[in-house]
Amino acid sequence: MKFFEYMAKEVFRERGIPTPRGRVAATPDEAARVAEEVGGPVAVKSQVLAGGRGKAGGIRFADTPDQARQVAADLLGQEVRGYRVERVLVEEKLRIDRELYLGIAVDTGRKLPLVIASVHGGVNIEEVPEKDIVKRPVDITLGLYPYFARGIARRLGLEGAVARQFADLLTRLYRIFRDYDAELVEINPLVISGDRLIAADGRLNIDDDSRFRHEDLPEVSEATELERRVREIGLSYVELDGDIAVMANGAGITMATIDVLTEYGGRAMNFLDAGGGAAVEPMAKAMAVLVSTNPKAIFVNIFGGITRCDDVANAIVTVKRQQGIPVPLVVRLVGTNEDKGVAILREHGIEAFRDMGEAARKAVELARQGGER
Amino acid sequence: MAILIDERTRVVVQGITGHQGSFHTGQMIEYGTRVVAGVSPGKEGQEVKGVPVYDTVEAAVEKHGATASVIFVPAPFAKDAVLEALEAGIKLVVVITEHVPLHDAMEIMARARLKGATIIGPNTFGVISPGKSKIGIMPNQIYTPGRVGIVARSGTLSYEIAASLSQAGFGQSTVVGMGGDRVVGLSFIDVLKMFEQDRETEAVVLVGEIGGTAEEEAAEYIKGMSKPVVAYLAGKHAPPGKRMGHAGAIIERGRGTYQSKVEALEAGGARVAALPWQVADLVREALR
Repeated sequence: MKFFEYMAKEVFRERGIPTPRGRVAATPDEAARVAEEVGGPVAVKSQVLAGGRGKAGGIRFADTPDQARQVAADLLGQEVRGYRVERVLVEEKLRIDRELYLGIAVDTGRKLPLVIASVHGGVNIEEVPEKDIVKRPVDITLGLYPYFARGIARRLGLEGAVARQFADLLTRLYRIFRDYDAELVEINPLVISGDRLIAADGRLNIDDDSRFRHEDLPEVSEATELERRVREIGLSYVELDGDIAVMANGAGITMATIDVLTEYGGRAMNFLDAGGGAAVEPMAKAMAVLVSTNPKAIFVNIFGGITRCDDVANAIVTVKRQQGIPVPLVVRLVGTNEDKGVAILREHGIEAFRDMGEAARKAVELARQGGER
Repeated sequence: MAILIDERTRVVVQGITGHQGSFHTGQMIEYGTRVVAGVSPGKEGQEVKGVPVYDTVEAAVEKHGATASVIFVPAPFAKDAVLEALEAGIKLVVVITEHVPLHDAMEIMARARLKGATIIGPNTFGVISPGKSKIGIMPNQIYTPGRVGIVARSGTLSYEIAASLSQAGFGQSTVVGMGGDRVVGLSFIDVLKMFEQDRETEAVVLVGEIGGTAEEEAAEYIKGMSKPVVAYLAGKHAPPGKRMGHAGAIIERGRGTYQSKVEALEAGGARVAALPWQVADLVREALR
């Protein structure tokens, strides 16, 4: 789960990391009021969960509260990088002497937190030459000590008050990383303004699997309405932009199903992983959602392991009986209790394929015919 | 020989009294796995499928000489369970549990490194040496003993490929599920090294997917391998920025793309199948 910039900065502020003065606003008038409070020129930053806002025109500046109102009116309701702007962050415009980059991510190879820092801030870290980036893994059983942070400040060539502030700030940032179960915490740019260090931007992405430890945290969802509906059933769902609805069991095989459909000239409408051991009821609910999206064809691809083919067949039959399946349906069903499953489907006039390729080809063909209707 | 497990491996099931734990204990016993004990705190003295249950892993090790553990404990308690197994001297821990927090996974791996133990998972279907033993939740009937090693990030997809290999007459030496999470115990390279040294393995199938750089790193190692490697990767047509089920399966900032993985693997000398059922053909070609 990604936090909006203003939420990340609220956390930073609480934990003693300096941020620019200002706060979030949801209306132009509110933006003007914040600008008034801040006094002087302000930055008006659209709050969206996408990077590259600046280049996309999502960050503007204003000299007066009136200008801030106007800029906010322009930005609010706009789309920036595919996300609708519902709030803007109005902050003091900083005097920038230098920009640094500082982040803590998970190094999946070393299986440890990794501190990433550079004297080139303000740009995407991927664009910074590798030799100008300091990367140091943290021993998670020890934690991040001030000496470690001082070492990184030295490697960056920071001195005096700035070096001291940097070490203090990094130690605090690591505590946030750990306390919030973060996947990524990032300050880019970390601005040097005179002898002060200020987090001019902030990112905090929290591991969804740690939710049970953080029930007090707000919910920020990138999911579409439909994605939310299916995820509430407890299944993994992603909307895509094709016309063949897909249901398979397991993330890998669902991806492979989408690939095979595409290779055969079709386009998947979604990624629906019914899970390794999906039960009849959630599977029937998920099927019902797929039907309601009005695809040109539905392709169910099941390799039964823990998932039993008769359960899958019963889920399909339930949906057919209760609401009808008015679009072409292709079922590929093999594995545990395959014979039972195939028999149940046959009783209800549905033929099942054994071969994944053959079934995919059929689904693409039927979707194409549906398009010509 | 096989890698990681064989017919002598003595398994303790942590979370044995739960729904999944008890069901799969039965399945493992049916397959011939030596399940010697179960652990469920507060349930010592009970039996599940004829297996004695203890409060602690230590008791299971003392009384039955357990050498491997399989974890069916819910995600919030999984870290505690794994640390307990490591503390009791278990050298192979298979973590079936999904949704284990990322930070817990990092702590588990750090501890395992210190203890010289191997972790498989989290979020794995486990490991099977067909005809000898299995620790995990994979279906029993699709595997046949043989000389092809499989290492995979995803469960069902690897079942699909194991079944098609069996059908084509290629049995398996060992099949290892690394797990679909970002931080998992074994890397492709770890498993490839074991297969390279295993006398019973003649070829290796690598089942990967988009996201991360594990396949690219594996490609470097493959260059120096004496045994042929065939790969299949899922997610060729997945859009960037969308997480496709697995925690690791996401193309972010242009990293972990299908194309970069295929190019790296082919440059490393692996044959890459475009469609899952072509894996068997490529294995046949490689072993010719």
